[in-house]
Amino acid sequence: MWRRLAISLGIVLLVMGAGLWWLSAPDPLEADSLAGIEGDSDAGRDIFLAAGCGSCHMAPDSDVDPLLLTGGREFPSDFGTFVAPNISTDPDHGIGDWSQAEFINATMRGISPDGRHYYPAFPYTSYVRAELQDMADLYAYMMTLPADATPSRAHDLGFPFNIRRGVGLWKALFLRDEWVITGDLSEEEERGRYLAEALSHCAECHTPRNALGALDHDQWLRGAPNPSGRGRIPAIAGEGFDWTAFDISAYLDTGFTPDFDVVGGTMAAVVNNLHQLPTSERDAIAAYILRAR
Amino acid sequence: MTFRPILAACALSMGLALPATADEDPAIAARQGQFKLYSHNFAVLGGMAQGRMDYDAGAAQVAADNLYHLTRLDQGRLWPEGTDSDAVDGTRANISIWEDLDDFVEKFGALQMAAESLQDVAGDGLDEMRAGVGAMGQTCQACHEAHRDEAS
Repeated sequence: MWRRLAISLGIVLLVMGAGLWWLSAPDPLEADSLAGIEGDSDAGRDIFLAAGCGSCHMAPDSDVDPLLLTGGREFPSDFGTFVAPNISTDPDHGIGDWSQAEFINATMRGISPDGRHYYPAFPYTSYVRAELQDMADLYAYMMTLPADATPSRAHDLGFPFNIRRGVGLWKALFLRDEWVITGDLSEEEERGRYLAEALSHCAECHTPRNALGALDHDQWLRGAPNPSGRGRIPAIAGEGFDWTAFDISAYLDTGFTPDFDVVGGTMAAVVNNLHQLPTSERDAIAAYILRAR
Repeated sequence: MTFRPILAACALSMGLALPATADEDPAIAARQGQFKLYSHNFAVLGGMAQGRMDYDAGAAQVAADNLYHLTRLDQGRLWPEGTDSDAVDGTRANISIWEDLDDFVEKFGALQMAAESLQDVAGDGLDEMRAGVGAMGQTCQACHEAHRDEAS
């Protein structure tokens, strides 16, 4: 009796284990989905700025070259401290020897060239909505950036978050390529949605997360605790947010709030990037932000 | 009798556990007022630069003169140790100001120089003023990026 129970339990656990293993497996892009897609490095510069790659991956010291993506910035969270890796073109310590397909599987699926999951501190959760062509352009551009041989540092995460395979289950639950703000959007609002939800990943900081670290779509852009523990990331939608389209676009251009306070913290790098894009792109983000209200 | 030390210890530990608040500290209130005066005047110049209002050489000059003088105020009594955001609720002044005081002082020096340059050009025309506004905004941003917390 006990033996039979033990055997049954063993089988159940095995099946569950196999199921979890299957569920948590990396799910790369179809191999032929990139056929014929060739990147344009000039176009890739705008994608790089909109996607804000440098904001996290440039060296931690101030006054550094924002195009030298040595990594090393720390991102404290409820799960431990993430450290941005080197994504410069160094072939050993960066991404210099990655293929286009490896790069796009990293940015849009959160999978490393050796088939492991990246943690969603890397916003592939947003880039999953991007156009393949834009990611190909980004790849072409980033391959023109300088190399640096600083080794990447390991994240410092507690159990069970240090088990990377578990990220596969997280992805099965939360990684989605659908738009969050839907409905009848104008052309400008749609462009803004693409920029904000797919590339600039506004929501990754401005939206609160559930206990497993997934964004709460019901509280989209409604502000969130700062993961570093200091203050709050402000609401940019909902009651109490009363900026006009002009206010938002001007802020993303100059860093000046409607009260002429000046941007700081991690948003300063975002403004430095978006400032370099055409005004129409900032206006589109503003239109989207107001639509998300 | 034996209760008194216990009660005293409890009271003391409660005092230690509750951070002071910013409005109890005159230095914090004063420096926050100083920044309010910065933005109140910067709003005139920034508003013209962004086209929220028409350029007016006289008004621009007054605001830039104010910013010049406001950024000359001696900071000696505005930043006492122990008035950082870890110690006091209601301030956004990061402890890094005191840990890397040289950097803070250097960034404040850059603000003073930018205010002086802006004063020189504010009345010379919209484009001249706009360049000065942008340069001064950069010095504000550099310090906010390094030393100011998110609002709570």
